[in-house]
Amino acid sequence: MTETVAIDRRAEPRGVPERRTHARDVFVEFRDVSKAYGPKEVLRGANLKVLRGEVLVILGGSGSGKSVTLRHILGLEAPDDGRIIVEEEDITDLPEEELYRVRMKFGMLFQSGALFDSMTVFENIAFPLREHTDMAEEEITRAVREKLELVNLPGSEHLMPVDLSGGMRKRVSLARSIVLDPKMILYDEPTTGLDPITGQKINELIIDLQSKLNVTSVVVTHDIQSAFSVGDRIAFLNDGHFEWVGRIEEARDADHPMLREFLRSSAVVAAQPTKQ
Amino acid sequence: MVSEGELRLPMFLARTRSKIEQSFIYMGEITDLAVQTVQQLFRGTLERELLIAQFDQVGVRSISIVVITSMFIGMVLALQTAYSLSEFGGKLFIGKVVSLSLVRELAPVLMSLMVGGRVGAGMTAEIGTMRVTEQIDALRALATNPVRKLVLPRVVATTLMFPLLTVVSFFLGIIGGLVIAVFTLHLSANFYIRSVITTVKYNDLASGIGKTFFFGFSTGLIACYNGLRTTGGADGVGRATTTTVVTAAITVLIMDFFLTKLFLLSF
Repeated sequence: MTETVAIDRRAEPRGVPERRTHARDVFVEFRDVSKAYGPKEVLRGANLKVLRGEVLVILGGSGSGKSVTLRHILGLEAPDDGRIIVEEEDITDLPEEELYRVRMKFGMLFQSGALFDSMTVFENIAFPLREHTDMAEEEITRAVREKLELVNLPGSEHLMPVDLSGGMRKRVSLARSIVLDPKMILYDEPTTGLDPITGQKINELIIDLQSKLNVTSVVVTHDIQSAFSVGDRIAFLNDGHFEWVGRIEEARDADHPMLREFLRSSAVVAAQPTKQ
Repeated sequence: MVSEGELRLPMFLARTRSKIEQSFIYMGEITDLAVQTVQQLFRGTLERELLIAQFDQVGVRSISIVVITSMFIGMVLALQTAYSLSEFGGKLFIGKVVSLSLVRELAPVLMSLMVGGRVGAGMTAEIGTMRVTEQIDALRALATNPVRKLVLPRVVATTLMFPLLTVVSFFLGIIGGLVIAVFTLHLSANFYIRSVITTVKYNDLASGIGKTFFFGFSTGLIACYNGLRTTGGADGVGRATTTTVVTAAITVLIMDFFLTKLFLLSF
């Protein structure tokens, strides 16, 4: 029988105590962030630190606020309460025009890919370069081809998004998100809707990009296999809080009942009583 | 015991209050979008390729609908005038009535309703689909302002194309009237054209064409706004498109009244 443990909602995240981190080691920080949509409170005083150079996986059930967390990091949504710090800069109250400067630090892989329908693959990937750089057309062509090779899709420049499979769309979207060489890549459900083999290829791509680009990554998923394939640390989001944050190898022995239940349902840990 | 009527009244009032609040929010947000659009215009960020594409979409591709509508309106107007004024020798006034009705009211309003319905629905459907498929968020995530990229070229195109299409509509309506005047009512073409030229004054043209700048601006703005606030997948896109067609048409008709009064005072 699973034990129930009373959880102190205001307490620091459980799990393995984080090593003392210098402010410069922290890329993004959430301080008591709350967000509600109508009567539904999605985030309730959430605290989180994303460390420079790591792959942090945000785990949680459907509707738990994982994607909302990513949207807050990018400044696509503003919190009702609390602060969001990006590289020691408080972005919480920045106006939209100022946020564009902050967003240049990020690349985002949307759940649906969010490719521009009216543009070819080439134009989609070239879009940020044309918007934000003075690169000549030959340089843009070279950069687009380089990124397409990086995501294992060479020769697909002329295709329209409608001609692409789900996995291809995500890879093109990934190529677009890294074309400006961001410091941090945000992945929103990168393997959702894909068959296991294609999903595994996307996981390998995330690991590959991490080593080649030397970036910080946040991966939002409810795919446990994916989380364990790509992540350095896990942040478990439940009931509007990050209730357990710790290293991936320690998650299997976590004493958080909901996290254990979550992992057990995905056969990451054997069906056994929760550890005390 | 409380009657059913007494129970319903507060609910009815609450619903009315909510509707009024929503209307104010709608108007406030659309005004905010108008301000942002004008700000972007004065920041000199208009992209030529995007603008030309919208000129083509709004202007060139609307020509066929303008040709058909205007020709038949001119023809019907000539027939109705001849019929209703026949006792007073109405045939002689056909040129005057057709040209004045067309230039002051029918060409600007009908063209704005027809073209507004066509391009407004298209714009809302396009931007709404981008909204529900996260493409608008992708634009913002790529540090690109959706107002500059999507709204500004569309609003500029409708603002400039509506007056041009109105001029086309006016001339085609006159030709429609001419066809009926010559072939059905057996008037001389020379007499009809002279009648038109002597009737229409500059202030009539200024009033008729001047109004369409406002119609074009409001139609483009409403279409883009409804697209940007679309939620709820394909169903939401459908609802937003319908809202645009209805709102744009009502706005054109209401604005027409006030602008007509304003122009009558001015000229």
